[in-house]
Amino acid sequence: MSRRLLLGVFDNEHDILGATQAARESGYKIVDVYAPYAVHGLDHAMGLASSHLPRVCFALGLSGAAFKVWFEYWTTATDWPINVGGKPFNSLPAFVPVTFEVMVLFAGVSTVIAFLYVCGLFPGKKANIVRHDVSDHRFVLVLEQSDAAFDIPRVKRLLESFHVAQIEERLEEETAR
Amino acid sequence: MAEAHPVLHQPWIAGDKSPAQVTDEICANMERHPSAAWWIAFLVSVAVMIIGFAAIGYQLKTGIGTWGLNTTVGWAFDITNFVFWIGIGHAGTLISAILFLFRQRWRTSVNRSAEAMTIFAVMCAGIFPLIHMGRPWLAMWMFPYPNFRGPLWINFRSPLVWDFFAISTYFTISVVFWYLGLMPDLATVRDHTRSVWRRKLAAILCFGWDSSYRTWQRYETVYLLLAGLATPLVVSVHTIVSWDFATAVIPGWHTTIFPPYFVAGAIFSGMSMVLTLMIVARKTMNLQDYITPRHLDAMCKIVLGTSGIVALAYITEFFTAFYSGNPYEQFAFWNRALGPMGWGYWIMVACNVLIPQLYWSRRVRTSVVAVFIISLLVNVGMWFERFVIIVSSLHRDYLPANWTGYAPTIIEIATFAGTFGFFFTCFLLFCRFVPVIAISEVKGILSHGQPRGLHHAAANEPSGEGKPELVGAGALRRATGEVRP
Repeated sequence: MSRRLLLGVFDNEHDILGATQAARESGYKIVDVYAPYAVHGLDHAMGLASSHLPRVCFALGLSGAAFKVWFEYWTTATDWPINVGGKPFNSLPAFVPVTFEVMVLFAGVSTVIAFLYVCGLFPGKKANIVRHDVSDHRFVLVLEQSDAAFDIPRVKRLLESFHVAQIEERLEEETAR
Repeated sequence: MAEAHPVLHQPWIAGDKSPAQVTDEICANMERHPSAAWWIAFLVSVAVMIIGFAAIGYQLKTGIGTWGLNTTVGWAFDITNFVFWIGIGHAGTLISAILFLFRQRWRTSVNRSAEAMTIFAVMCAGIFPLIHMGRPWLAMWMFPYPNFRGPLWINFRSPLVWDFFAISTYFTISVVFWYLGLMPDLATVRDHTRSVWRRKLAAILCFGWDSSYRTWQRYETVYLLLAGLATPLVVSVHTIVSWDFATAVIPGWHTTIFPPYFVAGAIFSGMSMVLTLMIVARKTMNLQDYITPRHLDAMCKIVLGTSGIVALAYITEFFTAFYSGNPYEQFAFWNRALGPMGWGYWIMVACNVLIPQLYWSRRVRTSVVAVFIISLLVNVGMWFERFVIIVSSLHRDYLPANWTGYAPTIIEIATFAGTFGFFFTCFLLFCRFVPVIAISEVKGILSHGQPRGLHHAAANEPSGEGKPELVGAGALRRATGEVRP
């Protein structure tokens, strides 16, 4: 089923912030917002929940560290214990530096992989580009014309109060998501 | 709301640029043909790099007997160079991670190139211990993989193993962090460039970035998480490098002050290297509006601060030796300053403690020529610091019959020069093929078109734009980042 979308193109950060907030408060369905940089406060304006990626980071960092402590213990004290300068086989304090490094490695790399997975990004992916200038200087608010209550002239008036530069209607095939 | 903050900074980016202008100006460096100066610098760097690689080839074939080491001085030039390059790298992570957490918005102009510098510097650093192993083709033995030698595992109690893990993790995280920051800019290049092959390459490398805010929101989260991870990481890396020395029982090495001393020294030297590179880059690539004297000023203050920490460490070391009552410790420090290698010590003190004091003067901090010269001298001083710590502690050990000197051979010097060739070759290629300034981050701190909160905007008509409380929230968030503490 194809959706009809309404795109409002803006030139300024504060206009897109205001328009997004107003559109959400008026109950219009925001499909997405496109911006050339991370505009602060836009996530609140769009009503996005905060990301779960910190949990991935924490969980994988913890498992990396736990795995490494076990591995160091197993190699040094169980699998092939070697007497190094009379130190105990299970030299836990000496295991701390490597454990820390492996924790950072697991947490950092896995968070980035999780980010790419959640956002569906991969090398060579064909980007679905709304407009070529959203990576340059334009901001685009994409609204879904969800039902009969979506009164286009009213929406246009709303967007115009935020100095919309251009309004465009599209079918979903052109902008998926 | 923002009117409540009357004392606001001048914008960090000069010239009241619009976002489109930023894209044009930064991408222009990749679009036009390289200048004659670039070609000369590039060819010289490649030539020096080839000399270095030839020297490395000779060492691998002949063995590390080609070095000037002897049974008393077992570590010298190569480890000095290793610590020197690792230290250079640390400023990149400081700028990209620590200053990000501290909300220092000026970092956006320099973080991309400083992170690239980190990556290339760590690559240069890695060359030295690799050769020092003697049989670098068995370097994978450093990694604890199941093997047919037992399986014989590595010794996790050894600081050299810690070092291997620290450097590999540091390199991996730095590359990942740098590339993550690059993705939105590669998308900008894809949409902006006129060259077909560059567009195709950027389209592959930007992972299909579409500027969706849902992606931006997660991206910001990941960036914050990586910054939070990289901050303790960078501290741990030079701490572990210092443990290579501090866990030994050599007088002059066996001190608990080493970790903070090394970390401060690393940031000190790295920040000076960033200054050296940025001063050249802003001039040759027309980036004066992006890297302004104010940026140089901010970096000079970090150099000055870390110079103070390093000076304190020098004094503390001498005091501790005096106060310990240990004659060997006292001799090591007397020998360091007044022995046959004392000249290195005084070069170090002059370059690291005395000369940076000039940065107390605002006129020096904002004079590009003075900053350039001082930053070079600081790097000389920091190289000598590592040389002094390593060689002067070793060359006169417990047994006077063993006392000897050390001088590098031509092979060692050629290898060190070769790493500079490699570093500058990589950096020059980076300047040509990658946006040297984080385009999307710089756009976020522009003053252009902001309704209020910045110097020129107060004259805006009071009717305001859209919903005032909403605009105020955004402007306040921007403004709080700009307020002078």
